[in-house]
Amino acid sequence: MSSILVILSVQDGRVKRSSLEALSRASALGKAEKREVIGVVLHSNALSLAIDAVHYGATKVFCVSNRIFDSHLNPPLIAGIASVVELVKPRLVVAASTESVKDIIGALAIRMDAAALPDVASFEISGDHVLCERPVMAAKMMASTQSSNPLVFVSLRSGSYEAIRSESETSCEIVEVPFEFDVSTLSATLREIVTTTGEAVDLTEAKVVVAAGRGVKDATGKALIDELASITGAAIGASRAVVETGLFPATAQIGQTGKVVSPELYFAIGISGAIQHVAGMSNSRIIVAINKDADAPIFDVATYGLVGDCFKILPILNAELKKILS
Amino acid sequence: MNFCVCIKQVPDVQASVQTGRMVLNAYDASAVEEALVINANNADSIDLILIGPSSATETIRKALAMGATNATHIVVDEIAALDSFAVSNLLAAHLKGHKYDVILTGKQSQDSDAGLAGGMLAELLGLPFATNAVGMRAVENILEVTRQGDTGQEMLEMITPCLVTCSNDMNNPRIPSLKGIMGAKRTVITTTQGAPGITRTVVTRTFPPSAREAGIKFEGEPEEIVALLLDKLQAEAGVL
Ligand SMILES: Cc1cc2nc3c(=O)[nH]c(=O)nc-3n(C[C@H](O)[C@H](O)[C@H](O)COP(=O)(O)OP(=O)(O)OC[C@H]3O[C@@H](n4cnc5c(N)ncnc54)[C@H](O)[C@@H]3O)c2cc1C
Ligand SMILES: Nc1ncnc2c1ncn2[C@@H]1O[C@H](COP(=O)(O)O)[C@@H](O)[C@H]1O
Repeated sequence: MSSILVILSVQDGRVKRSSLEALSRASALGKAEKREVIGVVLHSNALSLAIDAVHYGATKVFCVSNRIFDSHLNPPLIAGIASVVELVKPRLVVAASTESVKDIIGALAIRMDAAALPDVASFEISGDHVLCERPVMAAKMMASTQSSNPLVFVSLRSGSYEAIRSESETSCEIVEVPFEFDVSTLSATLREIVTTTGEAVDLTEAKVVVAAGRGVKDATGKALIDELASITGAAIGASRAVVETGLFPATAQIGQTGKVVSPELYFAIGISGAIQHVAGMSNSRIIVAINKDADAPIFDVATYGLVGDCFKILPILNAELKKILS
Repeated sequence: MNFCVCIKQVPDVQASVQTGRMVLNAYDASAVEEALVINANNADSIDLILIGPSSATETIRKALAMGATNATHIVVDEIAALDSFAVSNLLAAHLKGHKYDVILTGKQSQDSDAGLAGGMLAELLGLPFATNAVGMRAVENILEVTRQGDTGQEMLEMITPCLVTCSNDMNNPRIPSLKGIMGAKRTVITTTQGAPGITRTVVTRTFPPSAREAGIKFEGEPEEIVALLLDKLQAEAGVL
């Protein structure tokens, strides 16, 4: 039977956890259906990064080594993935739903005559169909969606499946795929990437997220957020309201427009809980909300809610947490 | 720049499911706004295109009232049956006969949250494209686009013609003025009947997501409720 191909995205010099989650899920499906599970890494350093995939069920990893992949540009990425898809002829292509993947999945589907199921929360193969469930209407509803197209691309929300590492020595074949890209054909050039300063922890992969909303108000509030994040080793997130005011960078935005996160622990501080925000965080395991309005909708999704002023609560919480965690 | 902006009418996700109130997709409103800003000091055109039922005319009028020049309405009644693949094919069939410097779409539909049609359309038309744009500036035939990427903002220089999908982080769409609303009433909307589209995906069922377990709310003095929280986080949740 034709294989499942998993695109392994790289960030900060390693394969992203969300890609390993996708690979683990593909491996489970592969085992059940006797389908080979193949990884693909597109990066200047693809060969050394491919090793990661061995422990998550891939029996083959294609390495497309080229420096052009180290900053995101869609034409080479589409061409690189397309060349591997042509080589492998898989039934299903799976990738973690990163911004870079969201950027290319539509165009890639057209180029490869494939169907696309974007941002799914679960997926499976059943007979001639690829089935998935995906949140719609700003995650107010779920939609069971399916495709019988012979080739299907799926992008998977982070945190939907566990990344299961196996310590046993499985054999894995590493295949180098030659790839040339003529940069003179590019009609879009990347001028620069402005990386948000001091982003210590990647938001989409973080175990703990501290997210701030309009209730955090100003630099004093932000300092309390920064402190809580540093004590708990958290990544910092934000609602749209405080991204708009410039208090937090756009990269920190969580929600329908922003990122989807699913940490073990999510602090929503001074966030009202609009559906567009909740769409990006409702899969967090434990949600702690701090809000002075006892009727704020965020309390409907919070595991633990503290009703009160975050400027009064945070200094105490930070001090107590420092004692516990140091 | 001569723009074509693809706009969609969507149910208001903020309203409860039953109201059936239909609105202009928020991301598309940002696309219209950005085209208006870029063309503020010239007479270049901003054309709109919408695929949807006859009743979607009100959404076209709203975007015209913001200041767009012309509009095409491809009438398809069963819009819910179309996926992004079908929509982008219908859009491409129409756009192949036109020359635009820039085609804009929203980064995603607020109802399907798919985020596919823009990239699909670009590939069908053979255009360079950028998605999730949060900023845009025109310099002669170059479009400078800032997009939100995984680790930061990526600045691109794109040679036109090209396609860009817009985030609502780009701007705050204007509220149409009375003059705009009156003018929009007189604009002739070109209406054509859309062919039934070929889809590659089917929604078989929609249902509410499994609700989270009801949580606990603590009210009282800060010291007191912090202590209660920490106890829960350690003893019950096991996250500390
Ligand atoms: C198409 C679309 C997409 C969107 N995408 C996103 C998205 O991705 N992410 C997102 O976040 N939003 C998004 N939004 C916006 C969303 O609808 C809300 O406007 C936004 O989430 C509100 O942010 P907020 O909760 O910080 O602010 P508010 O709604 O103003 O809430 C502030 C809260 O802080 C509380 N508060 C005030 N002072 C204090 C204090 N001292 N201590 C404790 N609590 C206090 C208040 O009680 C209130 O509940 C989107 C909207 C649209 C239309
Ligand atoms: N029925 C439609 N008519 C016109 N444009 C549409 C339609 N559906 C989607 N689009 C465009 O495609 C974008 C979203 O793509 P998608 O999320 O794949 O539906 C929207 O923001 C619109 O710009």
